[in-house]
Amino acid sequence: MSASIVFLRRLALLAAALPSIACAQDVLVRNATVHTATARGTLTANDVLVQGGVIRAIGPALAAPAGVEVVDAGGRPLTPALFGGITDIGVEEVSGEAATVDSAVKLEDQPQRPEFDVTLAYNPDSVLVPVARVEGIGFTALGANSGGGFIAGQGGVLRLDGSTDPIGPRMLFVRMGAAGSELSGSSRAAQWMLLDQMVAEARGRIAADSPHALLTPAGRAVLARYLGGSGRIVVRVDRAADIRQLLRWAGREQVRVAIAGGAEAWRLAPQLAAAGVPVFVDALSNLPASFDQIGATLENAARLHATGVPVAFSQDGDASHNARKIRQLAGNAVAHGLPWDAALAGLTRVPAQAFGVADRIGSIAVGQQADLVLWEGDPLDVGHYAERMWLGGRAVPMRSRQTELRDRYLRGSATPPAYRR
Amino acid sequence: MRHRLLAGLGLALACAHPAPADATSRFVQDPYPSTYRPLPAAPVLISHATVLDGTGRRLDDADVLLADGRVVAVGNALQAPADAVRVDGRGKWVTPGIIDVHSHLGVYPSPGVQAHGDGNEMTAPVTANVWAEHSVWPQDPGFAAALAGGVTAMQVLPGSANLVGGRGVTLKNLPATTYQAMKFPDAPWGLKMACGENPKRVYGGKGTAPATRMGNVAGYRAAFIDASEYIAKNSAAPVKRKRRFGGGDNGDSSGDSGGKRDLKLDTLAGAIQGDIRVHIHCYRADEMATMLDLAKEFGFKVAAFHHGVEAYKLADRLAAEGVCGALWADWWGFKMEAFDGIQENIALVDRPANSCAIVHSDSPEGIQRLNQEAAKVIASARRAGMGEIAPEHAIRWLTANAARALGIEQRTGTLEPGKMADVVVWSGNPFSSYALAEKVYVDGFQAYDRGNRAQQPLSDFMLGQEVRP
Repeated sequence: MSASIVFLRRLALLAAALPSIACAQDVLVRNATVHTATARGTLTANDVLVQGGVIRAIGPALAAPAGVEVVDAGGRPLTPALFGGITDIGVEEVSGEAATVDSAVKLEDQPQRPEFDVTLAYNPDSVLVPVARVEGIGFTALGANSGGGFIAGQGGVLRLDGSTDPIGPRMLFVRMGAAGSELSGSSRAAQWMLLDQMVAEARGRIAADSPHALLTPAGRAVLARYLGGSGRIVVRVDRAADIRQLLRWAGREQVRVAIAGGAEAWRLAPQLAAAGVPVFVDALSNLPASFDQIGATLENAARLHATGVPVAFSQDGDASHNARKIRQLAGNAVAHGLPWDAALAGLTRVPAQAFGVADRIGSIAVGQQADLVLWEGDPLDVGHYAERMWLGGRAVPMRSRQTELRDRYLRGSATPPAYRR
Repeated sequence: MRHRLLAGLGLALACAHPAPADATSRFVQDPYPSTYRPLPAAPVLISHATVLDGTGRRLDDADVLLADGRVVAVGNALQAPADAVRVDGRGKWVTPGIIDVHSHLGVYPSPGVQAHGDGNEMTAPVTANVWAEHSVWPQDPGFAAALAGGVTAMQVLPGSANLVGGRGVTLKNLPATTYQAMKFPDAPWGLKMACGENPKRVYGGKGTAPATRMGNVAGYRAAFIDASEYIAKNSAAPVKRKRRFGGGDNGDSSGDSGGKRDLKLDTLAGAIQGDIRVHIHCYRADEMATMLDLAKEFGFKVAAFHHGVEAYKLADRLAAEGVCGALWADWWGFKMEAFDGIQENIALVDRPANSCAIVHSDSPEGIQRLNQEAAKVIASARRAGMGEIAPEHAIRWLTANAARALGIEQRTGTLEPGKMADVVVWSGNPFSSYALAEKVYVDGFQAYDRGNRAQQPLSDFMLGQEVRP
């Protein structure tokens, strides 16, 4: 067998392995309502030219270069591909089946493992990826969940285009408050005690061979990086008093934090705004679900935004399988006072900025990666859906395991369903 | 079947007059009766609104007149009494009150502390003897939140840990100090049953039966065999004992021969006789089919399958057998039996003639926006090329069809004259992320007003908290 035939076969195999994403990376979207998620705001009747997977031009009546596919948007909304929230997409298949879930580490001897990196478990072939993607979701923050320690470990930003590795810096995930107290000797006060000790270890103020060391050498090195200000520490926390402590700690240690959840964050809005702390709000959380969330309100996002806090969204509940619900969070935040543009930014630019990838994704601007969604209607309204999508300029097939199941049972026939495809 | 027909007749009569006590089967006598009374209210005229009346009709620029706790009329240019409160409905949409057939408000209330875990009697696989109403904490702040989402009635069910979880209760969503004061007058109870993973995990995990799906079915059958014997023993006229099920003079499972009441068997007997409506938590299509056979074996009717993420695979049969599908718009994948969930499930279950698709919540968050769940279904159906589902049709998923599953369709669920004045005035088309319930009426009383905090109920729990949202 000649080398060239082997090469061709390999090429064919490669092509067969990537059936889901078409190859062309050039497209001109004409006559769209372009929601840029930048200071330029919304541009009506504009075109967006994509070449080589990158946005090359934005403007009215752009000339179509030869060979570029032209898509007429008919005035419909074009947005950056959406952020799916802090999720376990690709690190869990079935939540109730432990063997399919890799999002948390639980090691008895040394439970605090900042060096744990959940992105190493990421499976780009997970059925959750296309299920989220057909809803216009282009990237997610893969988060580590707390298993053994309230320092849950690291995660990263994954683009849902089949790529295998995260982009941008890693984030460190930490859980504070009631949900973390069973991992910290039954008291939230001990979270600060233990955290201070870990910081001292990472800064070398406690000898590495101390018999009471909480961190492994690798853990010290990883935590030291975050203390140096590289990468975000994402803290899942709800109670205002805990957020106050967090802001003090972050100021003292000079770390960059973000808050996830933050049911009572609105009470500290001025301090959060002054410290530039982004908050990933679950905008549907309005019940006193715990004694950490007595002040939960549907106006959380609006109040934070009005005070100058960068607002993004993330779900507390079924964040991964139902990542698509994040649009509903944003729409409901609008219904309770958040400006529409700020809500879209919370699904695009703000999370990209918070996680250090805004130079590539999260907005529609020349030079950005062409991760785009063309919507059938208002993208923040659950009454509408994503019609077409491009990731890196490649058209994404609007198919998932769920659409395949749907199509099988949509068409009645005498043939048993197993033969329909 | 005869029992069911009689039960239905009893219910119809109850609309006009309270049913005489002796008409009630001993299995469903109620020592914890409803003390619910509609609150007094002036007549209300909502004018120039878009009305979805729940029967499938849409009326534009229409008026709705409420008086004495009832819907008086829906139509154009209605005359109202002089003392009527007038509501400008221009730009607003009016629908029947939302009904959730699957809630755990009160039995798993907020805050979700350990002491509030009252929804699953996880001590035996068949606990038909427990009644969810005896766990309901009326101060659950979730009731008020649901009211702000337009919910005027709901069925509160036990959880799904057990094969037979117990009786569910239907409540009117008007805040009260006792659950009896919320209890929907003369609504039949529900019987909560569960298929699949939950019971076998809970009990198999303890090394007791059931540990498998076949163990589940054996468990239901044993319980209904006992209940069938119990009915025979408790019939007014002595009947010749059939030994078909292998029972002897030793009597039922509790060994209480001689007519001693057995709370567990009371409930199961009430279900067989059609006085208690059977609601089954069941995900997979094959398991739903098994449960339909079980129902046939013991002569009961399934009112609704709940969750039913695979109901779309069995939509024709559900419609043909008159079984409702109480479903989510988009939940899937959280366990293996939910792996085949699709967003068009409700639309596909709705598609056949005589279908009964219902949007349900099973969630203190979801119950606040069942209208948005329906909006998702409408959008998914449009995307799938199933055509545009009209708002006047979709509203039935959360009103009339839900009322049908609960056996209260003669009383509420539509805006037909004579029905309870359970009504929502929406800020616009309710099938949108942006729609808000602005005014909610329960039996004609304005239980919620978005524009007036004084007219929004606040649980005792929220009173005096230093943090007030």
